[in-house]
Amino acid sequence: MSIYILCLVLFCIGLYCVLRKRNIIKIIIGLGIVEYAVNLFFVLIGYQRYGRAPILAKEQKILNMVDPLPQALVLTAIVIGLAVTVFMVAIAIRLYEKYGTFDITKIKRLKG
Amino acid sequence: MENKKEPGMTLIVKTITRLTVGLILLYGIYIVLHGHLTPGGGFAGGVIIALSFVHLMLAFGRETALKKLSQTKASILESLGALMFLSVALLGFLGGFFFFNFFAQKGTPFDLFSAGIIPLCNIAICLKVGAGLFAIFVALILFKNLKKKE
Amino acid sequence: MELYLLLLFMILAAIVAVEINDLLSSVIAVGAVGLGLCLTFLILKAPDLAITQLVVEILSLIILIRATIKKDLPLVRDGRWLFNTLSTLLFIGFFLIFAWFALKELPEFGRPIMRISKEYIEKGLQKTGATNLVSAIILDFRGYDTLGEATVLFTAVMGVLAVIRMIGRINGK
Repeated sequence: MSIYILCLVLFCIGLYCVLRKRNIIKIIIGLGIVEYAVNLFFVLIGYQRYGRAPILAKEQKILNMVDPLPQALVLTAIVIGLAVTVFMVAIAIRLYEKYGTFDITKIKRLKG
Repeated sequence: MENKKEPGMTLIVKTITRLTVGLILLYGIYIVLHGHLTPGGGFAGGVIIALSFVHLMLAFGRETALKKLSQTKASILESLGALMFLSVALLGFLGGFFFFNFFAQKGTPFDLFSAGIIPLCNIAICLKVGAGLFAIFVALILFKNLKKKE
Repeated sequence: MELYLLLLFMILAAIVAVEINDLLSSVIAVGAVGLGLCLTFLILKAPDLAITQLVVEILSLIILIRATIKKDLPLVRDGRWLFNTLSTLLFIGFFLIFAWFALKELPEFGRPIMRISKEYIEKGLQKTGATNLVSAIILDFRGYDTLGEATVLFTAVMGVLAVIRMIGRINGK
């Protein structure tokens, strides 16, 4: 149970970074940390103690494997996370070229 | 100092790159083709293949890498991967429904040519992920160069 | 035991990444978090995820360094520093309260509920012929998920190309 709480602490650090920091690159980093924590949480739920990796070998009948379903879901989520990170970096570079700063309080047009 | 006009990094980096970039590409292809037997698969292999081209671009400058695989070609390859994945899925209608693994029973397990449509889907996803990420990277680099010219 | 050590290392690296002033050091620290996550996946018996996380981490590190190099921002503290921090901590507190309710319902660590996965593990080899069960799930049993993921990836790539290329044309005139 305590390992879930450590994972939550990692999530909260990322959340704090997203909410508190004013630099766009810091916000992207915070979102990355949140994404790591969520991926880790999925895999932790599917872990079986003394289990094996979900890959079959020749002539073996042991079936105490870890849960392969969360791993399959996380595998796609990692690559999506990379694409989304690159998308945010593209927007950040674009804003830097337009306003000359990464500070979100100085980017006036984004205020609603 | 006299090599300053030449794009890319120093001679040492270029020599090492010439030796390693083929190995990295080969390793990516191995990861993709054995995706249904060993750890790996289309996603990891696609990123490794994209990384080999990124490696080439970082070491030799963008001209050499774009000569091997230009941005338009990367976009076309990405669309080709998406279409291939969708058409493999649609071919499942031969057996009755979407994503039906229609020749799963052919071929013995633990062989390279087994598991029906899964290797084909792996190749499609590898094309999609690798070409897409490389296209993104080239777009970012070209944008920075364009900004510097002004 | 080594799982706890790796998680503590990741938390430490994440705090460094959040609190350090230099942007380049921050990006490198978040790379350390990702590599720690890769080792954690390896210990949790997920070799597919470890390979993917390793290569994705390196590519995202390259891209973030290209974005942040030679651009640094001095830390500015405005007058409402205390208010901002307190409201952020209040929000995190709310989150933790709801997370505590959710934690009580989770299965114990090390004993997952494998109602669906049991069938995948037992019949995966006969039904698909693939020995890597993760590959069998993402491309056969759950092919729709992968199709949706491919769509999202395609949209993200198109989005990046649109954001970058539109500016290129305006500047090129």
